[in-house]
Amino acid sequence: MLVGTRKGAFVLTSGAKRDRWDVSGPHFGGWEVYHVAGSPVDPDRIWASQTSSWFGQVVQRSDDGGSTWQPVGNDFSYDGEPGTHLWYDGSPRPWSFTRIWHLEPSLGDATTVWAGAQDAALFRSADGGSTWRELTGLRRHPSGPGWQPGAGGLCLHTVLLHPQDPSRLLVAISAAGVFTSRDGGETWAAANRGLRSEGVLADPDAEVGHCVHKVVAHPSAPEVLYMQKHWDVMRSDDWGASWYEVSGDLPSDFGFAIAVHAHEPSTVYVVPIKSDSEHYPPEGRLRVYRSRTGGGDWEPLTQGLPQAHCYVNVLRDAMAVDSLDPCGVYFGTTGGQVYASADAGDTWTAVARDLPAVLSVEAQVLP
Amino acid sequence: MTGAGGEGTRVRVRLPAQLRELARLPAEVVLEVPGVATQRSVLDALEFTYPVLRGTVRDRATAARRPFVRFFAGELDCSNASPDEPLPSRVACGHEPFAIVGAMAGG
Repeated sequence: MLVGTRKGAFVLTSGAKRDRWDVSGPHFGGWEVYHVAGSPVDPDRIWASQTSSWFGQVVQRSDDGGSTWQPVGNDFSYDGEPGTHLWYDGSPRPWSFTRIWHLEPSLGDATTVWAGAQDAALFRSADGGSTWRELTGLRRHPSGPGWQPGAGGLCLHTVLLHPQDPSRLLVAISAAGVFTSRDGGETWAAANRGLRSEGVLADPDAEVGHCVHKVVAHPSAPEVLYMQKHWDVMRSDDWGASWYEVSGDLPSDFGFAIAVHAHEPSTVYVVPIKSDSEHYPPEGRLRVYRSRTGGGDWEPLTQGLPQAHCYVNVLRDAMAVDSLDPCGVYFGTTGGQVYASADAGDTWTAVARDLPAVLSVEAQVLP
Repeated sequence: MTGAGGEGTRVRVRLPAQLRELARLPAEVVLEVPGVATQRSVLDALEFTYPVLRGTVRDRATAARRPFVRFFAGELDCSNASPDEPLPSRVACGHEPFAIVGAMAGG
């Protein structure tokens, strides 16, 4: 398990039974680590986004499974005249790089990795992270000057690579929404039809401006997408061309994290959060909800999770699954706990309790 | 070693813990700085010698000091001085360090 936190990165390792976990770290202690992600081509190659309000952005790369790390390139320069987006008060504000929120390693090439930035932009490195190139077509989408940040900033936090067609990409931006490309990231189209943001946008059905928190897909059914929006859990059956709500009987459809079972494309996990102003579980009970029907019908998973006085949050990149059978499900909290389930969510164990606030969790299965 | 205005100088630069760890350096490094020792020439020499520090002290695009970074020439806070102003002679001749400091802030 690759865990990014507010004060460093941690690597948690276990055997296939996933009943005992060793914790190593912190790596890059004292720095915020927004995301740690391993290459699906070479699991020893791991990328980490190390960032600091004081000292800026560093990208680290490990070629030995996280034992040692090497800083690589950190020049995330916007291409050309950066232009402006909207600030919280509606005034124009020049695009300015703050940090990398998400790293998405290529599905077929261990030297290529994509990076989602704040202020929202997509970068790509094809040389192991030494140099980065902005895919400017996204930021120059006609709607770009009207993009406005969510509470966490104008961040590009989701990058989905289509497993069958490398020319197709999907990104999600808070609070602009979903955009898709069919030419490897050169040009982009908004993909938000069906999203509704009542009380947030002047036009609840606007083409852009939706605060999408996370989008996930199953590799065997890549056209089917699941989204945790600011409010609403949404689904698309056509790679984002249209969306419909599948919040169903959730106790709250606000949340950040969402994941899909490794072997069951219609089994989805969310962690409901009370509201946009109260970022903790409803009734102080930490529950993962699982739908085995692709949304709509949800069951609470509580065994091993605190069911009283729990007021943590689970952030957008802090939930993951592994590829073992039964599927392992993992998530980290802002309280520093990392919970693991080795039985697809039926039961949970806290495998770390006192880490810094968890920003991201990824799971790797080593050969 | 020569002072400000000479052909070059050796300047002591003190680094904050986060950057020492990042660049795997001791608390203080000595840099050969060509020409007059200024904030800009010292930081240029620092980034040239240790490229991993590019972007951590100054903005990559504008070369402006990052907002939560402060500079001290000996005891003098020179964070808001012109980057091209010569550093005090005691710093330029290596008697006192040029210190890069993370600003005090919560968290």
